[in-house]
Amino acid sequence: MNTLNDTAVQFKQVSYSDGELQIIKNVTGTFPKGKITTLVGPSGAGKTTLFRLCNGLISPDSGEILINGKNINSYEPTELRRMAGLALQSATMLSGSVYKNLSMPLTLQGEEFSEAAAKDLLKDVGLDTDFLHRNVKDLSGGQRQKVSIARTLVNKPKILLLDEITSSLDRVSQEEIETLIKKINNNYQVTIIWITHNLQQALSIGEYTWVMMNGELVESGESSLLSHPQNDKVKHFVKGDTE
Amino acid sequence: MSYLTLSLALIFVLIPIFLSKTLKLGLEKDTIIATVRSIIQLLAVGYVLTFVFDAENFIYITLMVILMIAAATQNAQKKGAAIKGITWKLIGTFVFVEVLTQAILLGFQITPPTAQYIIPISGMVVGNSMVLSILFLNRFTSEIETRQNETELILSLGGTPKQAIHLSLMASIKASMIPTIESQKTIGLVQLPGMMSGQIIAGADPVQAVQFQLLILFLLLTTAAVTSIMLGFLSYPTLFNKQMQMLKLDTETNNS
Repeated sequence: MNTLNDTAVQFKQVSYSDGELQIIKNVTGTFPKGKITTLVGPSGAGKTTLFRLCNGLISPDSGEILINGKNINSYEPTELRRMAGLALQSATMLSGSVYKNLSMPLTLQGEEFSEAAAKDLLKDVGLDTDFLHRNVKDLSGGQRQKVSIARTLVNKPKILLLDEITSSLDRVSQEEIETLIKKINNNYQVTIIWITHNLQQALSIGEYTWVMMNGELVESGESSLLSHPQNDKVKHFVKGDTE
Repeated sequence: MSYLTLSLALIFVLIPIFLSKTLKLGLEKDTIIATVRSIIQLLAVGYVLTFVFDAENFIYITLMVILMIAAATQNAQKKGAAIKGITWKLIGTFVFVEVLTQAILLGFQITPPTAQYIIPISGMVVGNSMVLSILFLNRFTSEIETRQNETELILSLGGTPKQAIHLSLMASIKASMIPTIESQKTIGLVQLPGMMSGQIIAGADPVQAVQFQLLILFLLLTTAAVTSIMLGFLSYPTLFNKQMQMLKLDTETNNS
């Protein structure tokens, strides 16, 4: 797909099991630097596990994962997690205000996050600045997702891992988030890897796509592959025969 | 009190058995086992204490305390079976609490260094520490499960295991200490403590009984705080590996 210098994340024969169950099976592939790559596949394909491996929340049983050319084991776990930021569908919030949530990444490092910087970030993700002192309990699903993404951005990640962040949102919120992610990709030069169930979204927003099934990477390349897949399993999946 | 008079106290055992049978609670067997065990255990302890008090030998006192700690560990470790190495963490906590409290009591000559004082006070300290440990472990294992998303969120944002588990740890320490603090707020108003009641019934001066009871109450505050905090800080590192990844709790072995 691309040369090593253009690669943000590289998987080399990576396998991972949870007890007896093998979730990731000998995955080899790359995610290009500074681009948006979508990760599609039926439920249970191992997509979220792949993200947890990138973020260092779990380690592979075998194989190697390289981020910016370096094995992830050579990074300090905290450094790796700040570099490969994760935002989940659940958009878990810490109880309290939006400001408390946005401050959290820097609080963890013993630093302060100024209100002015927090307000700038809110504007960047398309939220009014008066949201800053609002309780997270009072936010809608789309607003929570924006706060969750903004919170991940506080760490200035080089890679942003987005796990089904729009799947529970209405069409308007989905479009807002899509626009936001494109803006983040352009403004912050962040590599985006986005898990989505929505193939139309994968085609429209992602330049590249990985298709995973049953723990394996079955096809990868430019997103147009979803319109003309080569692999029979992918053809069935795109047609909607696989879930 | 004669054994004949004491046997009349079994009426208080027959009442719950009768109620359990009538309401089909199924607690008759457990009630009988608990009654038989308490009779055997307390009578045995009575004879052992008579021997130890008469002997006034430091080795026997130490053996009694070791026995208490072993029994407390055996009881509490079932609740923390999901936490790796919980047995040694409990032993360490109980020994530390016992040594700390006795060092203060004996060092400042608050109580005399005799079996008559050391053993009953140790029993109260270790017993209270055991109950606190059970409360803490119960709450901590459930907090870890219910707050798993928050814990992983903090790890994923670059937090350390200590930062990630902070909320669960503090909530568990607080929850386990609340009963001790709350019961002290109403003591004397709602309930007369068992030790003080026993002394008064045995004919001791009520004011002196109160003085000893206050000593024990203050002692139990330290016991509560030290037990929960020490056990918490000994337990949380075993939930993570060197890569700062959260390990799965072995809940199948947890009887809580």
